Amino acid sequence: MSDAAHVHGHDDHAHHAHPNGIMRWLTTTNHKDIGTMYLWFALIMLFSAGTMALLIRAELFQPGLQLTNPDFFNQLTTMHGLIMIFGAIMPAFTGFANWQVPLMLGAPDMAFPRMNNWSFWLLPVAGLMLMSSFLLPGGAVAGGWTMYPPLFIQGGISYDLTILAVHIMGLSSIMGSINIITTILNMRAPGLTLMKMPLFCWTWLITAYLLIATMPVLAGAVTMLLTDRNFGTSFFNAAGGGDPVMFQHIFWFFGHPEVYILILPAFGIVSSIIPTFARKPLFGYASMVYATASIAILSFIVWAHHMFAVGMPAAAQLFFMFSTMLIAVPTGVKVFNWVATMWQGSMTFETPMLFAIAFVCLFTIGGFSGLVLAIAPVDIQLHDTYYVVAHFHYVLVSGALFSIFAGIYYWLPKWSGHMYDETLGKWHFWLSVIGMNIVFFPMHFLGLAGMPRRIPDYALQFTEFNQIATVGAFIFGFSQLIFLVVVLKAARGGVKATDRVWEGAEGLEWTLPSPAPYHTFETAPVVK
Amino acid sequence: MSGGNAKTLSKLVFVTLLMFGFGFALVPFYYKICEATGINAGAEQSLVSNTQVDTSRWVTLEFDANTNTSLPWQFKPLQNSIKVHPGQLVQVEYEVVNTSNQPVVGQAVPSYGPARAAAFFKKIECFCFTPQTLAAGERRRMPVLFVLDRTMDRDVHTVTLSYTFFDVGTKARVSGVQRGVPHG
Repeated sequence: MSDAAHVHGHDDHAHHAHPNGIMRWLTTTNHKDIGTMYLWFALIMLFSAGTMALLIRAELFQPGLQLTNPDFFNQLTTMHGLIMIFGAIMPAFTGFANWQVPLMLGAPDMAFPRMNNWSFWLLPVAGLMLMSSFLLPGGAVAGGWTMYPPLFIQGGISYDLTILAVHIMGLSSIMGSINIITTILNMRAPGLTLMKMPLFCWTWLITAYLLIATMPVLAGAVTMLLTDRNFGTSFFNAAGGGDPVMFQHIFWFFGHPEVYILILPAFGIVSSIIPTFARKPLFGYASMVYATASIAILSFIVWAHHMFAVGMPAAAQLFFMFSTMLIAVPTGVKVFNWVATMWQGSMTFETPMLFAIAFVCLFTIGGFSGLVLAIAPVDIQLHDTYYVVAHFHYVLVSGALFSIFAGIYYWLPKWSGHMYDETLGKWHFWLSVIGMNIVFFPMHFLGLAGMPRRIPDYALQFTEFNQIATVGAFIFGFSQLIFLVVVLKAARGGVKATDRVWEGAEGLEWTLPSPAPYHTFETAPVVK
Repeated sequence: MSGGNAKTLSKLVFVTLLMFGFGFALVPFYYKICEATGINAGAEQSLVSNTQVDTSRWVTLEFDANTNTSLPWQFKPLQNSIKVHPGQLVQVEYEVVNTSNQPVVGQAVPSYGPARAAAFFKKIECFCFTPQTLAAGERRRMPVLFVLDRTMDRDVHTVTLSYTFFDVGTKARVSGVQRGVPHG
C-alpha cells in the first residue's frame, strides 16, 4: 500500500509534464482515465453492434430477402453477438471496475497501473481486427458467435483474424481480472474487511476469478480451431478423427461461466443503486455474497444445458437439467434481497433507480425463461428457436445493459462533476424499457411457434410478430442516441453535483469531491 | 508494485497458465469419459453395419499351401481351418521362407475344392495378385482378404483354398512375368 502511494508521489512530480492530447490517453496509467476509455470504447462498440442488430431486424421486417443475402445476414448475427459480448458488455463492466473499485476500496489506483494501460489498449486493436474482417474477401465470420466447427474450420481468412481477435480480447480480460483481484485483495483501506466491502467489489472479485478460470480455456479452444485450420491437427475435424461435439463441450465450459461474467457485475451495480434510492441498507448482505459465490461455482457444472440437442444419455441430461435449475435458488435469493431492500423504503425514482427496478423485473423474466429452457425435453423442442433469442436478450439487454445504464446515471455525477439531465434520462429510460419489451417479448411467441434463429427468411405466419419486433428495435435503437446526448451534456457541463450526489448514497466514493480528483486516496482512509 | 501484489500476480498468472493447460487436457479427458461411460457409443453405432452377412449358416474354410519342387521355399498357412459366415469379411495369413542363399521370385496360383466354390470366393487383397520377391533367407507373412459370397450354394459346407507357389525366376528375369498375373 505504502509503495503504491509512493508511486503516486512520483506521478505528482511528473504531473506538470503530463503529456497532452492523444499521448495522454495512450500512456495514461490512471485508473479513472482508463475507466473512461473502457466506457467510451464499449459505447462505440454498442452502437456498432447495435447498427448490425437494426440491419438484422430490418431484414426480418418481411419474409423473403430484402436487404441482405443469407451469407451477409449470418455475418451480421455472428458479429453482433461477438462484438456485443466481448466489445460492449465486458469492457463496460471493466470500465466500471476501473473507476469504482479503487474509489470504493480507498485505494490510490489499481494494483498494476501499467498492465492496466495494456489491458485497455489491446481492446481497440482486437475491435479493429473484428470490424475490418467485413472488408476481407468472403466477408466477416458467419458461423455464429459460438464459433462451432465444422463451419469455423472451413471459413476464409476472416476466421483466422477473428480467432486472433478473441485471443487478444481474452488476454485483455485476463490482465484486467488479475489487476482487479490484486487490487481488491491487497489494497483495501485499513479496516475495510472483505465482508464490509461494497457488493460491487464482491461481484467483480468473483467475476474476475471466473474470467481467469475460463478465458484461458476459451483461448485453448480457439487455438485448437486455429491449428485445425492451418496446421493439420484434427481436434475437431471429423475427417481426421476429431470430434466437433468436443468443441461444444470445451466452448461451453467457458461459455456458461461467461454468461455469469456478463451478469454478476450487473448484480453488483444494482446492489449499490437500490439501497441508495430506497434509503435502506442492502437487505441480506452476507447472503448476497454467498449467493454470488454459489452461482459462480455452479456455473462450472452446468455447461451441457446449451447442447441438449447433441444427443446425450438420459443420465447426463438429468444431471445438467437439475444442476441448472439449482442456480435459480441463489438467483432467487438475490431477487428476494433486492425486493426486500425496497420493501418499506422511502423510495424515489431517479433514472438510475428506474433502470435498476426494470433490471430486477425484466432480468427475472429472463431468468424464468432460462428455467423453461433448462428442462431438457422442452429445450430440445426450443433449441435454436427465437425463444432462446428472447431469453438471452432479456438477461443481456434488460439485465446487463440496463445495469450499465443504471450505473452510468448513478456515478456519472461523481465522475464528471455535473448532474445529468434528469428529463432526458427519464425519456431514455421509458423509451428503452418500452422499446426493449416490444422487440423481445414477441420473440417468445415466435420461438414457441417454431421460428428458427439465424435465418434471414421465415414462414408467412411469423410476419406480424416480426414486424412488431422490428418496430420495437428501431424505437429501442434510436432512443440510445438520447443516452449519448445525456452523457455528452453531463461531460461538458450542467448543474454542479454535490459531493454526496444522492441523499441516500453510502460508501467511500461519496466522501470525495465531485468530480473525483485525478488522484484520490493517496493517504488511505480509515474505515471503522 | 509492493511485494504482496507481486506475489498475488504470480499466483494468478500460474492459475491462468494452469487453466490454459486444462483446456487442452479436456481433449483426452473427453475421450476417456466417453469411453468409460459409453456416452459416445452412438458414434460407433452410427457406422454402417454390414447387412450382407448371412448369419444363418457356417462354412468351414480349409487352407492348404504347396510349393513347386523347383522352388526352394517353405510355405504354410498360419491357420489350418476357420469357420465363417458367407458375406463376412475374412483375413487369413500365410508364411513363406526363402531357404536358398539367393533372391527368388515366386508366383502363387490358387485352386479351390469344390471347384464350383471358386466363383464365390471374392478376394479383395491377395499375395497371389503379384509375383513375390524374397531375398535370401527372408521370412514373410502375407495376408489374404476375402469375402465368401452369400449367394454360394447352401449345400457347400466346406471349401478348401489351396495355393501353390511356382518359381518364376530370379529377380533379373521378373519384369516380363508381371503382366501374366493369373487370376486369383
